Amino acid sequence: MGKTLFEKVWDAHVVAQDEGAPAVLYIDAHLIHEVTSPQAFGMLREQGLTVRRPDKTFATMDHAIPTRGLDIALWPADAATQVRTLRENCEAFGVTLWDINGPIQGIVHVVGPEMGVTHPGMTIVCGDSHTSTHGAFGALAFGIGTSEVGHVLATQCLLQKKPRTMAITVDGELGTGVTAKDIILAIIAKNGAGGGAGYVFEYRGSAIRTLSMANRMTICNMSIEGGARAGMIAPDETTFAFVKGRPYAPQGEAWERAVAFWKTLGSDEDAHFDRELRLDASQLQPMVTYGTNPGQGVPVTGRIPLPEELADPAERRSLLSAVEYMGLKPGQAMEGQPVDIVFIGSCTNGRIEDLREAASIVQGRRVASHIEAIVVPGSKAVKGQAEAEGLDRIFQEAGFEWRGAGCSMCLAMNDDKAGAGKYVASTSNRNFQGRQGPGARSLLMSPIMAAAAAVNGRVVDVREMLR
Amino acid sequence: MQPFTALSAAAVPLRMENVDTDQIIPARYLTAVTKDGMGAGLFSWIRYHPDGTPKADFVLNQPEYQGARILIAGRNFGSGSSREHAVWALTDYGFRCVISPGFADIFYNNSLKNGLLPVTLAEEVVAMLWDLVEEEPATTIQVDLRSQTVTLPDGQQHSFAIDPFRKICLLEGLDDLGYISSKEAEIVAYEARSAY
Ligand code: SF4
Repeated sequence: MGKTLFEKVWDAHVVAQDEGAPAVLYIDAHLIHEVTSPQAFGMLREQGLTVRRPDKTFATMDHAIPTRGLDIALWPADAATQVRTLRENCEAFGVTLWDINGPIQGIVHVVGPEMGVTHPGMTIVCGDSHTSTHGAFGALAFGIGTSEVGHVLATQCLLQKKPRTMAITVDGELGTGVTAKDIILAIIAKNGAGGGAGYVFEYRGSAIRTLSMANRMTICNMSIEGGARAGMIAPDETTFAFVKGRPYAPQGEAWERAVAFWKTLGSDEDAHFDRELRLDASQLQPMVTYGTNPGQGVPVTGRIPLPEELADPAERRSLLSAVEYMGLKPGQAMEGQPVDIVFIGSCTNGRIEDLREAASIVQGRRVASHIEAIVVPGSKAVKGQAEAEGLDRIFQEAGFEWRGAGCSMCLAMNDDKAGAGKYVASTSNRNFQGRQGPGARSLLMSPIMAAAAAVNGRVVDVREMLR
Repeated sequence: MQPFTALSAAAVPLRMENVDTDQIIPARYLTAVTKDGMGAGLFSWIRYHPDGTPKADFVLNQPEYQGARILIAGRNFGSGSSREHAVWALTDYGFRCVISPGFADIFYNNSLKNGLLPVTLAEEVVAMLWDLVEEEPATTIQVDLRSQTVTLPDGQQHSFAIDPFRKICLLEGLDDLGYISSKEAEIVAYEARSAY
């Protein structure tokens, strides 16, 4: 029987496999950042260990950093300490650091692919659950805890139990105003926020094949929101064209060899998946979440479910606690829901394509008077490109604030926080209680839906603006 | 790592599903560069008012649940962010075991690496345990990793599954590093032949 994409990558990275033990899996690229690495470096120091492969380890600064100014002297003391600690650790252990003061900086999952570190067929880990983003290239990429960050630093390997596989096939053509973000929100709404636990997703089908790399990354990014640790998409010409010529991409003859190998990675016709899920892209609508986990989402024309519509008592309990936190009512329509803050950014939707799409909605319009709206590019490169295209002007003329690169209001670690009770139309990936600030209420949606919400001051169906 | 063999302790009923790691420990506690003192931030949004005073209606603040070592939570516990700080917060607070109908993968792994035992039991059993410890907070629950059982005062017993390798690591307090390092020859051989 044939193999799936996942099995091909997994099998190629098993260093050792004892009977009854997890596999020792080799890691090709290890991304680290300031928040989940200090204790791992601490462990190396305590045990007198070194970083085995500094050449496969790359550090970014993104989570804790403020996005309004890079003068560290003006930062909160703890963010500054984390940034300094990462600098010291990278220096002491010989790890490449993309420092906030350098030309390459931004969210780890935006910068990695941009630099060409991410290749098809690789294993990639990072102490961050959205490492699943890199699966868009046909890599096996997943988030790990800080103990495991330490293990990978020391040995370049991880002990891993083999996950199961789920094929998610999305066929058909997306309608106008329906985006990759809506595909993944619809998948999670259908399969549940915990429905993918123990699985690696493979996204396939005609609707996936036509997506850009940015869009594929949006989908794989949120695999973790569906409970899966990783999501993968078979590499193709779109993938190769993206990787080609980037600083860490193979060059010359090595490139030809790499592409020939990458072409063999797709799942075989007769490969077996443990589960399958199908979606018709032509039936999808722009999505918006109403609750406090990313599975609690509905089409924008839909309404919040009523408890009696849910058979499962746990789901009912979840619904009731979510609407209470959100200040919404069961049965309520989402269209027309007022919004206070609009956040465009994050590793889900902070790429140049996302900003272009959002700008196309904003252009020539004004942000509603009561709305606070910010755009936070995913990286300095995205910011530079957007400025070269004049997107910054479009956003600023409309009343958006134009920020530096970082995670920002996606996780509210820095000063970018939404106030208690505020509704945030957000292009990020998590609507957890307090995620965007204590008491903040997140409504997840696509960049064009968020842009439309900014202009209208409430949740609207962006398709009406596109007619 | 602190070994886990068996535990006899009271339990806290956390009647909530999809408790993500942002709720277990919010991002503002992630600015530390050590693991110490995370327990202070455990469940802080649901545990404290914005002014820092405890919310009387949250289970962890109720006098009858002080000193409990077992947390009983709803399905999909520990979803979201990979932050191991969530596990450090639970262990620093004093928990040694979490019982749930299902855990998110990364949280489950992180627990095993810190001597926090994640026990998966059926939804109905978890619901029954909630009722039991809500009615009688002093109920002592016995969790035995050796026999993979949870035993209630009336003798009722429920088995749970755990990967045999992980079981040995927990029983003996072994971390992964020693095992991976014992494969040094294989790692060297792999590096010599690998494409990247
Ligand atoms: S943008 Fe948000 S989800 Fe992405 S890495 Fe940063 S904090 Fe995590």
